[in-house]
Amino acid sequence: MSEPLLIDLSKRGRKAYCYPPLDLPRGFDQALPDLPEHLTRQKPARLPEVAELDVVRHFTRLSNLVHGVDNGMYPLGSCTMKYNPKLGEHIAAMEQFTHIHPLQDISTVQGCLSVMYNLLEDLSSITGMSWGSLQPCAGAHGEYTGLKMISAYFLEKGETQRRRVLIPVSAHGTNPASAAVVGFDVVEVKSNKDGLVDIEDLAPKLDETVAALMLTNPNTLGLFEKEILTISEMVHDVGGLLYYDGANLNAIMGMATPGDMGFDVLHLNLHKTFSTPHGGGGPGSGPVMVNDRLRPFLPKPDIELTDSGYVYRWDGEQSIGKVSMFWGNFLVALRAYVYILRMGSEGIKAASQHAVLNANYLAAKIGERIAIPYGKRAMHEFVASAKALRHENGTTAQDLAKTLIDEGYHPPTVYFPLLVEEALMFEPTESESVESLDRFVEAFFRVLDLAERDPEYLKEAPHHTPVGRLDEVRAVKEPELRY
Amino acid sequence: MIYPYIPHTDEDRRAMLKAIGVASIDELFSDLGADLLLEDSVPISHGRTEDEVQRMIDSIAQRNIRGIPFLGCGCYDHITPATVKALSSLPSFVTAYTPYQAEMSQGLLQAIFEFQSMVCEITGLDVANASLYDGANAAVEAASLMIASKRKATTILVSETIHPFVLNVLRTWALGTAHTIGLLPQINGTADFDQLSELLDDEVAGLIVQSPNRYGLLEDYTSVAETLHQKGMLLTISADPLSLAIQRSPAEWGADIAIGDTQALGLPLAFGGPSCGYMAVTKALMRRIPGRVVGATVDNAGRRGYTLTLQAREQHIKRERATSNICSNQALAALMTTIHLSSLGWGGMVEAASQSYAKAHYLAYHLAQLPGVTLIWDKPFWCEFPLLFNDAKRMRKFLQELRNEGIFAGVRLSTLTRKSSDELVLLVAVTEKRSREELELYLAAARRVLK
Repeated sequence: MSEPLLIDLSKRGRKAYCYPPLDLPRGFDQALPDLPEHLTRQKPARLPEVAELDVVRHFTRLSNLVHGVDNGMYPLGSCTMKYNPKLGEHIAAMEQFTHIHPLQDISTVQGCLSVMYNLLEDLSSITGMSWGSLQPCAGAHGEYTGLKMISAYFLEKGETQRRRVLIPVSAHGTNPASAAVVGFDVVEVKSNKDGLVDIEDLAPKLDETVAALMLTNPNTLGLFEKEILTISEMVHDVGGLLYYDGANLNAIMGMATPGDMGFDVLHLNLHKTFSTPHGGGGPGSGPVMVNDRLRPFLPKPDIELTDSGYVYRWDGEQSIGKVSMFWGNFLVALRAYVYILRMGSEGIKAASQHAVLNANYLAAKIGERIAIPYGKRAMHEFVASAKALRHENGTTAQDLAKTLIDEGYHPPTVYFPLLVEEALMFEPTESESVESLDRFVEAFFRVLDLAERDPEYLKEAPHHTPVGRLDEVRAVKEPELRY
Repeated sequence: MIYPYIPHTDEDRRAMLKAIGVASIDELFSDLGADLLLEDSVPISHGRTEDEVQRMIDSIAQRNIRGIPFLGCGCYDHITPATVKALSSLPSFVTAYTPYQAEMSQGLLQAIFEFQSMVCEITGLDVANASLYDGANAAVEAASLMIASKRKATTILVSETIHPFVLNVLRTWALGTAHTIGLLPQINGTADFDQLSELLDDEVAGLIVQSPNRYGLLEDYTSVAETLHQKGMLLTISADPLSLAIQRSPAEWGADIAIGDTQALGLPLAFGGPSCGYMAVTKALMRRIPGRVVGATVDNAGRRGYTLTLQAREQHIKRERATSNICSNQALAALMTTIHLSSLGWGGMVEAASQSYAKAHYLAYHLAQLPGVTLIWDKPFWCEFPLLFNDAKRMRKFLQELRNEGIFAGVRLSTLTRKSSDELVLLVAVTEKRSREELELYLAAARRVLK
């Protein structure tokens, strides 16, 4: 089942593409540029020389060796692998969008600007914030942008001593990494026995050196931070700001807003909550949304609707400036806009309701046979623990995950959050039917049966994939990173 | 309204609630509390059917006006083989996540491995990552990498000739941190390396330059790397990767880091995004490169396979001590570039770059014959050149007349720099995609306006 590298099928002189001949008058028609030699490339690059059908078969075969949401259930916790509607793909492929240059005269791009402006309006309504920017290209990029704005806000106020950002231990790894990139010192906040922010640990850490608290709500255990209004008051009382990691917004759309919870700034993951495809790791889109306090600090340019149409606003003096080359991942934003148009106010609420219904149903079923250490009630995801099984016969979360692959499922997220030993984090999303969830539970139980009967078999899993478990130590020690 | 993306029937809901042991869906949200639960629905429009959405989008799309683009400045209208769209739309590529589970992601991992290999081949450097957001963010990552590579360094020198938006993004990165952006001045449209040595104080970690630069000019980096390396500093070259088919590669100039956008290699204009940033580094910097990296290894039966590797650099392991915060990248865009390059081969890349060169020079030569405009500097360029108008009114008329002919004649430099002193400079980009007829149409219109 293995597919060779395309370069290994190369044969000199074979072509998969032909350009039209250069039809310029004599003097301009030379085959190669007459650049001075010291500016001219010396060594050719080694690229495949193959026929078009070779290219087609190669990538088609590679695609057969990939599991996506279109192939089957993908309950990867924290990633919201919901169905990506085909309508979004169809519209994002329209030439009236794909063939528009970012620096065209503004009178010729009113359609694109209308999409961006109206999407920002809708996202503001959904999050309870006042405005935002679509420039960030991914969730972590949104975090970076939001924290940059927090930094600029305190710089403006002369409160340069605010160099600390508080982050719960259960947070996504990007939170502390983004805070560090922006130049903040990261301080961890503990979780209490219920898996929520430990207010007794938080209180003494709050002082005038704190710039912000970053929170995901519901948190990465899938639990709603019930004390959020208290936490918000505590942070604001010492002059700090509250940052919302929107990775888990799929739990609460249309039910509650981060704005009401007291958050000052947040990022969204349009590739999670708003159904744009993950593309094998990107491109995503990570808009930042802010309340009035931080609005002057949004990236440039802003978009404004005037009597003569949409215009860019470059004059924001307190703006942090640009964070991407042009205006962000426009085609991703367009797909999210299509999703919102399609679902509407009632639809996005229904999405969150059914995401939570599915997670609770799955938790109720799976919880019959494996511990779910935190929380009586899950929101859109929950975290189980294989700790007991590991003590019993050495079977790890990793073993369960790898054996699930043989059942045709993408496994849940494993070993995250760090709070739970042998963690398995399930997020079914609203896209799965009850039958689909039942089949998954059956498959998971077959894996558990196997684990009890033959733990050694699981150690070698998966057994039915093109390759088995890979030697990751060798990959690090003897890096082979290119052909 | 029934939502096709939500499969639940009334019967399903009842059965599921019963299995959970609650009476209603609302009960599942009881942790939110009355203070937070919204009483009214969110003030956005009601849902629409697929057909209604399509009609609405069609009418929005009509407000975008297409022309024959002679526009560049970091985003170019090149020919793309049909294979790119067809193969990059294969559903499993589109709907997969980051390939954490290697055994069921071999196709994606191998495609990334091939992407990394091609970036290495084109830049001449040793190690490439799986992609970054875009060229501007690749510059930010290069700046971070250089700062981290030299003890006590705080300053990144940046050539004044770098793309103005990249400079903006770098300034945002430095804002409020201990990092400083220093500028290497320009002379006659290219970086002035005569001034380099005196700017290299102890704080400097490295230099970022760009070729073709913000004016489209090709820069000469003879002995620049040596000057920097003698002081323990690094050189980053930003380059349109298609230009590297003809111009000297970053490795041939002795660069430590190569960055840029792969947009010219198979990605549509797309109003500027998604693009795809690339980064390649020398072997010495391998363990500092940001973002995902795929490596080849063997499985438990000795079969070759691919996996994400060197993950000890990354945020999900190292948290605040990671080399970067990047998680999601531009994987599908990188795949498009990989398919594009697989279709073109090196011969096709040289052909596209050479034809772009020839057509740009043809247009530039004939425009330069016209009164009222000059090619500003007599320096080598590739597919984009700066045209200086002697009069703002004439320039506006020129742009308007050509737009009436369906031609987008170029980008005013002031659009990028927001400086009135740049208002008379028009950057004109010509790719291999522009036909002879389109070039003649441009010239005929230009002759009418500028006679």
